Amino acid sequence: MLDVAILGAVLASVVAAATTLLLASLGELVAERAGTLNLGVEGMMIIGAAVGYATAYSSGSLLLGTLAAILAGTLLSLVFAGLAIWLAANQVASGLATTILGLGLAGLIGAPFVGTRLDAAPTLHLPVLSDLPVIGRMMFGQDAFVYASLVLLAVVAYGLVRTRTGLVLRAVGESHVAAHALGHPVRKIRTLAVMFGGACAGLAGAHLSLAYTPFWASDMTAGRGWIALALVVFSAWKPMWLLAGAYLFGAVSILQLHVQGFGLGIPSQLLSALPYLATIVALVAISALKRGQGAPASLGLPFVPDR
Amino acid sequence: MPLRLERQESVPALGLIAAPLVALVFTLIVGAIMFVALGHDPIRAFTIYFIEPLTDPWTLQEMVVKACPLLLIGIGLSFCYRANRWNIGAEGQYVAGAVAGSWLALATHGTDAGPWVLPAMLVLGAVGGALWALIPAFLRVRFGSSEILTSLMLVYVAQLGLDYLVRGPWRDPAGFNFPQSVTFDDVAIMPLIFEDGRMHAGIIIGLVAVIAATIVLGRTLIGYSIELAGTAPRAAAFAGFKESRVTYGVFAVSGALAGLAGIIEVAGPIGQIQPSISPGYGFTAIIAAMLGRLHPVGVLIASFVLALTYIGGEAAQISMRMPFDVTRVFQGTLLIAILAADVLVRYRIRRVEGASHA
Amino acid sequence: MRKILSMAVVLAAGLALTGAGQGGAQAAEKLKIGFVYVGPIGDFGWSYQHDQGRKAVEKEFGDKVETTYVENVPEGPDAERVIEQLARAGNKLIFTTSFGFMEPTLKVAKRNPKVNFEHATGFKREKNVATYNAKFHEGRYIIGQIAAKTSKTGTIGYIASFPIPEVISGINSMMLGAQSIRPDMKIKIVWVNSWFDPAKEADAAKALIDQGADIIAQHTDSPAAMQAAESRGVKAFGQSSDMKAFGPNAQLTSIVDDWAPYYIERVQLALDGKWETSNSWHGLDHGEVVMAPYTNMPDDVKALAQATEASIKSGALNPFKGPIYKQDGTLVVKEGEALPDGQILSMNWYIKGIDDKVPGQ
Repeated sequence: MLDVAILGAVLASVVAAATTLLLASLGELVAERAGTLNLGVEGMMIIGAAVGYATAYSSGSLLLGTLAAILAGTLLSLVFAGLAIWLAANQVASGLATTILGLGLAGLIGAPFVGTRLDAAPTLHLPVLSDLPVIGRMMFGQDAFVYASLVLLAVVAYGLVRTRTGLVLRAVGESHVAAHALGHPVRKIRTLAVMFGGACAGLAGAHLSLAYTPFWASDMTAGRGWIALALVVFSAWKPMWLLAGAYLFGAVSILQLHVQGFGLGIPSQLLSALPYLATIVALVAISALKRGQGAPASLGLPFVPDR
Repeated sequence: MPLRLERQESVPALGLIAAPLVALVFTLIVGAIMFVALGHDPIRAFTIYFIEPLTDPWTLQEMVVKACPLLLIGIGLSFCYRANRWNIGAEGQYVAGAVAGSWLALATHGTDAGPWVLPAMLVLGAVGGALWALIPAFLRVRFGSSEILTSLMLVYVAQLGLDYLVRGPWRDPAGFNFPQSVTFDDVAIMPLIFEDGRMHAGIIIGLVAVIAATIVLGRTLIGYSIELAGTAPRAAAFAGFKESRVTYGVFAVSGALAGLAGIIEVAGPIGQIQPSISPGYGFTAIIAAMLGRLHPVGVLIASFVLALTYIGGEAAQISMRMPFDVTRVFQGTLLIAILAADVLVRYRIRRVEGASHA
Repeated sequence: MRKILSMAVVLAAGLALTGAGQGGAQAAEKLKIGFVYVGPIGDFGWSYQHDQGRKAVEKEFGDKVETTYVENVPEGPDAERVIEQLARAGNKLIFTTSFGFMEPTLKVAKRNPKVNFEHATGFKREKNVATYNAKFHEGRYIIGQIAAKTSKTGTIGYIASFPIPEVISGINSMMLGAQSIRPDMKIKIVWVNSWFDPAKEADAAKALIDQGADIIAQHTDSPAAMQAAESRGVKAFGQSSDMKAFGPNAQLTSIVDDWAPYYIERVQLALDGKWETSNSWHGLDHGEVVMAPYTNMPDDVKALAQATEASIKSGALNPFKGPIYKQDGTLVVKEGEALPDGQILSMNWYIKGIDDKVPGQ
């Protein structure tokens, strides 16, 4: 059933599928480490996909499209930041509102481009390395977004733990009151963190509409933003665990299709449900193992100086 | 930035009413800009969206039909949200309730069952929804897992479960193998209130829920414990209100109302069970709860406003070729504006002299 | 507040009156036709093709008709309202283009006896509700033959939406066509549980290709699978519309839904006052099913495809002609006979040669 040749192809598919999730959840992880729960990820992703596609199609440049997508995600995140950080409104509601707005705007922006297509983002081809059995395509045959996600992962992992910026960010997330007392501009830091999250979500959207399925379709994110949120919790807010989680989720999503191809007759709904069930199991396991630890202590709490 | 949010000593009642209205006006302005950008006449668009549906008795009934599930789910959610338990999975609880109630309808189909069927279906629906909601509640109490994410994941599981049932065991044998159940018998259908129109008895249940919830939340110890659990959890613990009991309680209520909404919708406007029984009611109800400021009467008003935007949106699609996304932009903008207006009413933005950091 | 309210009422009343006035003046002249789509017209698939049919009607009848459409209508309680709204807006002929609109259409039809309805892919009719469908499986037989001739690995990768009879009969028909050339042809089927989910369709295509399928067929609506096939260098068949733009080297042909002939025919009947309920199920012969130009294949395969197409059109060849065996070996259709239409429309079993189970059985 599963021989070496297929294994290589499957691994490559899993990496590609996981990249969208990895990009979006990396951004959310940073936002949450700073103490903001941003439920607007889905909206930022889809608007990145729409704006990215529209720009790339109109300009002919994938790079320009990607940059536009990042900008779009960042701009939408400012709506959330304005509400949740500066006006100290309820973060859950603010995030939801941002998502709904993003979905609507994306639909309107993308509407003129329906039915058109782009050439997919080019993939890497190295002479010997890309043809290695099993790992060749997975590691050396991917598109730029995949490699960017790994670079981003390294930057976030290193930055959070080893730089002063990361330390301050985490301090704000753990105790915004103490950080404020120490003189740190809590709201500014959170805003920047949220903007980073929006930029990553926009980039994730661009991956969808420029590389994965290079055309625009309404609601093409299909709930990936929510999965990204789950992955952040699953990862216990640690970037390397996020990598594992994203790839795990991608693997389950891809493998269920392969299992169907084997003709075993397992109900496809059960297979489709597996990624979600797996996430619940993982969430419970993480919570049970790390009871009380993990979440930044100030996550979700609005901050108003001198309140 | 030398600005500061200062809590106002007392919020004038006028301010509380003004906030949603200001938000509405703001949304209308944004909407007008959007319409003009899309090349439509804003006055005509607003008329079709907001005014015309109110002038026709049939569309008014449709508004009630559309608002009913939002109302029921929204009230349930306000129980949860007041206690700071963020139930995002109402959509899944709605489906679970619909499935539970439909089971009875299918089990008694064709038999000469009496009028007990429908009430029993409704009870089953509430129980089914409550049980589905108790899963994330349990996971939170026992393991500390985020109820936001567990309840959300369970939405997909519930939908896939319904899909499996309707495409498999519950399929109508005379239905050419298409994924829908038999049409429910008359005893299993929600009675209509008027002869012509689709308004059904569900709205009466909804109104009862509004009254009951207002009493419970405002005047009983339970309601007080919920409120306290949300705003001052430590104080609640000191007062002897067990955190786990509050969690189980609010999730059970929320799930029950969502499940009730589900079976009412299936036994009412739909009349059979099929794969798609909700255009996202569980999520739109979150907006209704928020817009209604977590007060049952507020949720009632908000549900109708939202129903109006949906119906107006369809009318606009028909008369003006306006895309559905416009409705979404409306709803998102309205929610944002309400959130902002709410804060601005309760707090004042003050300029602060001297160096102050953000 | 009261002032605003009263102004609003006056405004609304005024607009309603002017609207009514307009309606009255033109009702005698134009036939208003409504279309309800389950997806976006930009899906480049099912709904897109229905909209093309609508445009053809506009082109054909010009001033005599006025068409309206509503897209993205979910199959549920909302559908009934939308259809009712179209009826109330003065549309006298309404096309509801998805199976899930069946019950809503019937309910609205009951309340509006003077409005005529056409329901696609359904099976319940009334005095003012007609049903229509197209014999897509005829196209599947042809692509099955092409697949058998073109595939090197001998395995078809089939991306299916939902296990409803139309999809199952499509799978069976394709295999019958393939088996007529190559009796040991294999097929792998993946259910994406959606009519339109581009990323999933692309994933499914890649998974099938990874598992050895070098010919991709789909019964879903987006061009994602065609794009995936193109990027992997395998051949594929498009669905609903000509997807050549998405697979210039990959597309062999596409089964195109062309609703224009049927729509024009029915609108003409309505204009002449001769509209009656009916059940229409045409295929290649009537033009509802059209094969996109055969490309990316050697001449002899093209010739075969064209010959088969001609045979089906003339009635000489029936894709579901006997002998047909079920998976368990039972003979369903004897040699010399053909499967009755009713059995095709309710098909829930696979033919012999498909190593899989029908979901939900």
